[in-house]
Amino acid sequence: MQPLLEVRSLRTHFELGDGVVKAVDGVSLSVPRGRTLAVVGESGCGKSVTARSILRLVEKPARIVGGEILLHPDSDGEPLDLLAAKDKRLRQVRWADIAMVFQEPMASLSLVHTIGDQIIEAVRLHENVGKQAARERAIEMLGRVGIPDPQRRVDSYPFQFSGGMRQRAMIAMALSCRPRLLIADEPTTALDVTTQAQILDLLQDLQQEFGMAIMLITHDLGVAAQVADEVAVMYLGEVVEQGPASAVLSHPKHPYTQALVRSVPRLGARGQDRLVAVRGTVPPPYERPTGCRFHPRCDAFMAGKCDVTVPTRVRSDEIDVACLLYGEEKS
Amino acid sequence: MTLLETRGLTMHFPLHGGFLGRNRGFVKAVDGVDLSIKAGRTLGLVGESGCGKTTLGRCIVRAYEPTSGSIMFDGVDLAPLSEKQLKPYRAQVRLIFQDPHSSLDPRKTLRDIIAEPLRVQESGSRDEIDDKVAALLRRVGLRAEYAHRYPHAFSGGERQRVVIARALATEPRLVVADEAVSALDVSVRAQILNLLRDLQEESGLTYLFVSHDLGIVEHVADDVAVMYVGKLVESASTEELYSKPLHPYTEALLSAVPDPDPASRGQRERIKLLGEIADPSKVPAGCPFHPRCGYAEARCATEVPQLREIGGRKVACHLAEQLDLKGVLTATTAP
Ligand SMILES: Nc1ncnc2c1ncn2[C@@H]1O[C@H](COP(=O)(O)OP(=O)(O)OP(=O)(O)O)[C@@H](O)[C@H]1O
Ligand SMILES: Nc1ncnc2c1ncn2[C@@H]1O[C@H](COP(=O)(O)OP(=O)(O)OP(=O)(O)O)[C@@H](O)[C@H]1O
Ligand code: SF4
Ligand code: SF4
Ligand SMILES: [Mg+2]
Ligand SMILES: [Mg+2]
Repeated sequence: MQPLLEVRSLRTHFELGDGVVKAVDGVSLSVPRGRTLAVVGESGCGKSVTARSILRLVEKPARIVGGEILLHPDSDGEPLDLLAAKDKRLRQVRWADIAMVFQEPMASLSLVHTIGDQIIEAVRLHENVGKQAARERAIEMLGRVGIPDPQRRVDSYPFQFSGGMRQRAMIAMALSCRPRLLIADEPTTALDVTTQAQILDLLQDLQQEFGMAIMLITHDLGVAAQVADEVAVMYLGEVVEQGPASAVLSHPKHPYTQALVRSVPRLGARGQDRLVAVRGTVPPPYERPTGCRFHPRCDAFMAGKCDVTVPTRVRSDEIDVACLLYGEEKS
Repeated sequence: MTLLETRGLTMHFPLHGGFLGRNRGFVKAVDGVDLSIKAGRTLGLVGESGCGKTTLGRCIVRAYEPTSGSIMFDGVDLAPLSEKQLKPYRAQVRLIFQDPHSSLDPRKTLRDIIAEPLRVQESGSRDEIDDKVAALLRRVGLRAEYAHRYPHAFSGGERQRVVIARALATEPRLVVADEAVSALDVSVRAQILNLLRDLQEESGLTYLFVSHDLGIVEHVADDVAVMYVGKLVESASTEELYSKPLHPYTEALLSAVPDPDPASRGQRERIKLLGEIADPSKVPAGCPFHPRCGYAEARCATEVPQLREIGGRKVACHLAEQLDLKGVLTATTAP
């Protein structure tokens, strides 16, 4: 079956006074229909910029310089390339087809409008419904995401909500137009484990109910392991590995994913052992290593090969991986 | 040997507001905490945001003067000491902050940052201090030549090493690490956790390791204390606490931790907590956890459960003996 969304060789660069930061530089990934794709990777690898690029929500000095973003229709038919679409068409896609929950809820909620008014506005922008009907939808969605007493809470302002409640309100707003894809950027990172668990459960319940696909961005491999069907691993602006969650997290192919998985303490596996850390640190954004971008930190580094040849993606078992240990090479 | 022991440690912040800034009650951030740490061991301190972990840590390093209670450090009560009397202890008890980006002065070189606590102690000549800084940098895995660079030239993980080097400069015996690795990426975090462990093995350091991340605490701590709205609700050895919690709050916390092993998915039952953590200025009557507790009985709403000993561990729950709570799997599931 066709995936719902395909991102192909996406490149988004920041053109700054003293150079170009290639924040996203060749990202390819696909989001399966009605399932959850987790995008994982360390701080600064380009997860948020990728997500914003999908909805063309990047602003200067950032610019999308290449790639395709294909949104496939529910039935057979031609996909829509979001990067080539007219602005008007894209505005229809936002919210109605693809909705987004951002990393900082306070940055995307208006402080001077009530939560209810913000949801009502979003609904009415995309659907031809009256004010009262939209308000009822808002109350229903707030109740659905577990806000107590939604009839009253619909008239609250964001500052009257706790962090967890704000995150729920954001999700209610994003889902109010029944999108086919929800992009959630670190929706639980700032929350306690208890609240995090509630929000993740909520997302899974809503996915079952509405059949939507979810692209969940997280740096927490635990979160990915518990909710994702598929996992894409990013490093320095590209996806180095994508495949089924169980395969990628239990038997990763890429040396970076392998190192990442080993560096996380496992609950219940209390060892006296040291953690296996990834060597070195992420290189500064202006200096991308030649060849394989991970080569200065890789334990499987092959001199004369990994530092010259750019690995292309190959399929190994069920996993797509970009590493010269697997399959063909291309210079 | 017990290096640190608190008794009834309490920190109440006055709530001001209203007419003429009248006192409108207190935020009971820390409310009668008894805990102890053995020399050379690590005590993990966990609990939800706002439960008082940072405040407790700041009392122990005497950044705050506690409202009441005692802080016995190596036989001396630090709680009532004046700034002058505290001076020798400032070197022995050190705090590592949460955020490596904001806790380093960008205008100072690493040498000056690391040497700062030494200068306060008025110890050593310039050369001696230079040598000491070089040794400290090497000890935390940085190059001695870095001494003359500024913090902006370093990554988050490297800065956290600098923060640790500064804390170690005075050769402390107790280090309070407050979310010391929380802001770091997983790959770098593992490096810092390994470093903390090496330092403990080399020089017998004692840690109070404050974190909201139960996975990390399980990895680093020998013993764990769980806080809820200013109070300890349970403490035990890490192994006991994680395999068999005695307090319903601990059980709920453990069940909420996402396990990075996808094979465990769906196998663990998650306990759904009702509502959110209580406001420390309006602590519920009876057991402070009762509005969220799935096991609560009538008396839980009126009688305050005291922290009491059961089989060598401590728990504050009326029903501790009769509940059969679930922990997370132990060593047998290790890969
Ligand atoms: N406004 C900006 N100007 C310049 N560079 C930027 C800007 N925003 C992001 N970048 C750069 O783009 C890269 C990718 O950033 P992005 O926010 O996508 O990372 P991320 O993977 O979401 O990280 P995190 O886990 O910390 O949220 C980073 O190297 C960052 O420095
Ligand atoms: N200086 C202060 N004045 C008044 N109230 C304070 C002060 N410091 C902390 N509090 C309050 O005390 C309570 C405990 O805060 P504390 O920072 O110790 O929590 P914490 O467990 O460290 O939380 P987190 O996990 O978010 O860091 C909170 O309700 C907080 O608002
Ligand atoms: S291509 Fe080479 S350097 Fe890159 S991950 Fe594979 S083995 Fe390591
Ligand atoms: S005392 Fe009662 S309310 Fe408190 S934790 Fe125990 S069972 Fe729950
Ligand atoms: Mg981000
Ligand atoms: Mg804190």
